[in-house]
Amino acid sequence: MIEVKNIGKTYKTGDIEYQALKGISLTIKDGEFLAIMGPSGSGKSTLMHILGALDKPSSGNYILDGKDVSEYSEDELARIRKQKIGFVFQSFNLLPRTTVLRNVMLPLIYAGVPKGEREERAKMALKAASFEESHFLNLSNQLSGGQIQRVAIARALVNNPSLILADEPTGNLDTKTGEIVLGTFQKLNSEGHTIVLITHERDVAEHARRIVFLRDGVVLSDELNKNQVMAKT
Amino acid sequence: MMKTVDLIEEIYWGLSANKVRSFLTILGIVIGIASVIALQAIGAGAKGTIEASIQSVGSNLLFVTPGAQRGVGVSINAGRGSSQTLTNEDAAAIASSINGVKAVVSEKSARYQVKAGGLNTNTSIIGTTSAYPGVRNIQIDTGTFISDQQQQSSQRVAVLGPTAMADLFGSSTTNIIGKTVTIKNMPFIVIGTTVAKGGSGFSNSDDAIYVPLSTAQKFLAGDDFLGTIDVQAEDASQMTNIKNDITSLLLARHKITGTKTADFSVMSQTDILATASSITDTLTSLLAAIAGISLLVGGIGIMNMMLTTVTERTKEIGLRQAIGAEKADISRQFLLEAVTLTFIGGAVGTFIGYLASLIISKFINVAGTITLSSVMLAIGVSAGIGIVFGYYPARRAAKLNPIEALRFE
Repeated sequence: MIEVKNIGKTYKTGDIEYQALKGISLTIKDGEFLAIMGPSGSGKSTLMHILGALDKPSSGNYILDGKDVSEYSEDELARIRKQKIGFVFQSFNLLPRTTVLRNVMLPLIYAGVPKGEREERAKMALKAASFEESHFLNLSNQLSGGQIQRVAIARALVNNPSLILADEPTGNLDTKTGEIVLGTFQKLNSEGHTIVLITHERDVAEHARRIVFLRDGVVLSDELNKNQVMAKT
Repeated sequence: MMKTVDLIEEIYWGLSANKVRSFLTILGIVIGIASVIALQAIGAGAKGTIEASIQSVGSNLLFVTPGAQRGVGVSINAGRGSSQTLTNEDAAAIASSINGVKAVVSEKSARYQVKAGGLNTNTSIIGTTSAYPGVRNIQIDTGTFISDQQQQSSQRVAVLGPTAMADLFGSSTTNIIGKTVTIKNMPFIVIGTTVAKGGSGFSNSDDAIYVPLSTAQKFLAGDDFLGTIDVQAEDASQMTNIKNDITSLLLARHKITGTKTADFSVMSQTDILATASSITDTLTSLLAAIAGISLLVGGIGIMNMMLTTVTERTKEIGLRQAIGAEKADISRQFLLEAVTLTFIGGAVGTFIGYLASLIISKFINVAGTITLSSVMLAIGVSAGIGIVFGYYPARRAAKLNPIEALRFE
């Protein structure tokens, strides 16, 4: 359960102040599939950074699973990320020249999961992300774009996070592969995972069950998506 | 925080991802440590060899030499043989009026061309008396040493050291007694040979020919002065007293006031050892300093590599931060990568330095000495270099902002 209360974020470059977020309030319940949409400059990346505990709000409160984390230190935020957040990036960010399995196990190392458990959990996450078992030991640079993004999804899943944050996950993929990835998110959501999808494309946002539209740092609209598009897989 | 086992695994992956670069960086440290170890071993070995050869001359000895005394450390040989101030009477006075003296032996040495049959050599001709072998620990192999009677009557007789003998007679070592050697165009009858004593360079008693002192003064040098007066003390504890007594006695005999203007010097075995040690110590530290510079260059190589690595892996660092790595996780990973490189470099460098010292000692005839402490020091220093030069890059990695690091291209 995520509660964002009247969050503002101001960047300072020298004497110039730039208000990226101007008082955003949002509640995300467990098991939701939410798309945050908006053109560039709308503040959606800033909001994602705050939701993902990569950054702190300048004002307002961010309550994650009942705890106000708005004033946490950088190391405390790192601990929140390893326990509660899974990231999927537009540019995938897999470790190069490293096996699929080791990439997925990486968050477990930082979370202090015992060595014996890691491989089993990584395999389960890969299966949940519909990644073919025969490629588990392939190196990350031997995979196709769709395969890479499913490894990244498995990596986001492996810690059983409260929230999976996907930042333009289809931005570097062709339409067909993008559909497969979105289908994976829908499948995971149907299994109970909370997913927040950040995108500037309406076609992509339509796959979510709720769409929040940002512009110039404020919420323009926040409504259930009655015409949820199911991915063609 | 990450477990140590996992950290080691991450470091292994990090370093093996760029094998060539890791290898070259290690090489820099290897060269630095190897040269420190090799030069230190050679220095310590040279010191040991010099000390052994000085000590082989005999203990409880004081050497009175002509020439000004300019303080320990600079002038053992200054003026030796060139100024002529010591006389037979000085030696006799030391023998008769100083307490605690066991023996006094005078020497008059110079290098001359020596011939025997078809062979010739240039060697040290030591004019001395019958007490010399006892004072200098020299054993007679065949024949006899110079007798008092031969000394008094200035006979032209010679005792050959083994090296001089080999140079003059080659391999035909039998029946040498009674043969003739020509020194400065004068014939000398061989009356004995000495046992090889070893020692090289500094005061080699094997490459020498002994003749009666009076013979050397009369026929070879043509004057009555002495080169060295060797004074053997009865007991090592009396050395300082005897040294002071000799100084006062000779100052009085030479009518000199004040030790600063003395025209002779009295040195004990310990003085010579101290001088030689200080020379080899200086040499060793000089060599170590040169090697230290190469180590410093290796350390800068480490820093350079780690900075490049941190920049190259900015995106990876961002990802690690995003999935929950704390600052300490990141800085420990990069710091330990640097320390691992230098530690491996230190271990390999120590081994190569050891081999190098073995090879060098074969050529310069000095036994290289490797001590456990120098090995520990080298490995400690190399790991220390990793910490010093790895700290800044590691801190830079840990301070990266995750958002900017993830955006880095």
